[in-house]
Amino acid sequence: MKKEFSQNLGFFGLFLCMVITLLVLGSIIYFIAVRGFGVLSWNFLTQVPYSAMTKGGIAPVIVGTLYITLGAIIFALPLGLACAVYLCEYSPKSIVVNIIRISINNLAGVPSVVFGLFGLAVFVKFLGFGVSILSGSLTLGILALPMIISSAQEALIAVPQSIREASLSLGATKWETVKNIVLPTALPGILTGVILSIGRVAGETAPILFTAAAFYTRGYPKSIFSEVMALPYHIYALMTEGAHPDKQRAIAYGCSLVLLFLVLFISGFAIFLRQRQRSLHG
Amino acid sequence: MDNKIKMQAKNVDFFYGKTKALDNVNLDIYANKVTAMIGPSGCGKSTFIRLFNRMNELVPHTTLNGEIFLDDLEINSPLVDAVDIRRRVGMVFQKPNPFPKTIFENISYGLKVNGIKDKVFIEQKVEDSLKKAVIWGEVKDRLNDSALKLSGGQQQRLCIARCLAVETEVILFDEPCASLDPISTAKIEELILELKKDYSIVIVTHNMQQAARVSDYTGFFFLGELVEFGKTQDIFTAPKDKKTEAYITGRFG
Repeated sequence: MKKEFSQNLGFFGLFLCMVITLLVLGSIIYFIAVRGFGVLSWNFLTQVPYSAMTKGGIAPVIVGTLYITLGAIIFALPLGLACAVYLCEYSPKSIVVNIIRISINNLAGVPSVVFGLFGLAVFVKFLGFGVSILSGSLTLGILALPMIISSAQEALIAVPQSIREASLSLGATKWETVKNIVLPTALPGILTGVILSIGRVAGETAPILFTAAAFYTRGYPKSIFSEVMALPYHIYALMTEGAHPDKQRAIAYGCSLVLLFLVLFISGFAIFLRQRQRSLHG
Repeated sequence: MDNKIKMQAKNVDFFYGKTKALDNVNLDIYANKVTAMIGPSGCGKSTFIRLFNRMNELVPHTTLNGEIFLDDLEINSPLVDAVDIRRRVGMVFQKPNPFPKTIFENISYGLKVNGIKDKVFIEQKVEDSLKKAVIWGEVKDRLNDSALKLSGGQQQRLCIARCLAVETEVILFDEPCASLDPISTAKIEELILELKKDYSIVIVTHNMQQAARVSDYTGFFFLGELVEFGKTQDIFTAPKDKKTEAYITGRFG
């Protein structure tokens, strides 16, 4: 009897923790939704803002977010993937490589505002890209690099050694094996990691604070050297600047809701891909 | 009888780090014969056959002393490319390891990496190889299905077909039936007997009956040494060494 009681108590404790976590998650979505839902409309998603940001929509802000996120991935994906392939498939297993691996993992722990300052110093000032989509994308790309490298490494390590051997035993070279067998097999896992890092990058504020974001630009960005409005920074700016704090606050919640949906959508896509990978290999 | 020697190991020592896995092994593989390697687990027989297609060089910190010949070619000489050796010496592994691709692509892959682009030729070769591996009838209507949907026994025959497609001269079987049921095992054994008309075959097995059924020559390995080598019939009926006799009569192993 006593054993059963302590077991039930244990299960109840675990259950309680799960409920609390769900409550926290649910209340975030609930409060943002309640406050933001009022401003959501077709116009809100498709029009440019006017009247000191209190009227119109946030279309350029959404577009700006997509631009810098896309730019970041275009920069970080090939670089990160190549790096992961080198570390997993080619590098000799030595102390130096281990140090590189640890450094990359540590890079993932660097606070994002530090990346922001780095971007300001290097891309905005030193390379002269100015506050622009390019600078912001590169900064966010560097932030995403360690995430992409480590998820790609995991996906590559998960490819069974036996099919590498099978490929080599048929007279394929190492590169042919990596290109034709290892990468396609690891691809769904790599994509999942990439998409999760897209979600993360889309929501980052600090790295674009000094490198890309503007509170207000007229219309849509014209080139990669344009300043740009982006959702996370837009929320921050609406809450801290401007002359109409009450009206701005409602819009800020609306933006948060849009950002939340954007990231949820991206993560949902990643889960979909992972499921597909399981069904292919099951 | 004049048996042609296809592959030859001369004074082979092999080390994992500082651990000696093979000690002065000398053995001939005859053309168009089946040579079986038997012995208890960890005695070095898998390590030994992986030397014939230079698979062991994928394992870090290993050392090989001695020579291995394919016809008259010393396969580890610096002028020889491992890729060329593996093209001539194929391998079927312990666990079926089809690529996570379609059945067709599994077979055509070896042709493509060897530079063959002619579609008609590839299609014909895929069909021929699947027929030779006696799996054509089971897969001909679903060549574009994933190979992973096949049963273990079918996967193993697919792996054999994959190996046949590249027209190797030697096929190394590393415990090919270890994870298969008796019916699949029987099919693979039949296949091996059929294949020796065109190929020289080496098979590692834990199954003494299997060695007796399929092989012409048998080598008994114990603790990294080749204890005895000879005609399968002689090894099983009149072993010269006490250890061989003890092993094949099931007193240890």
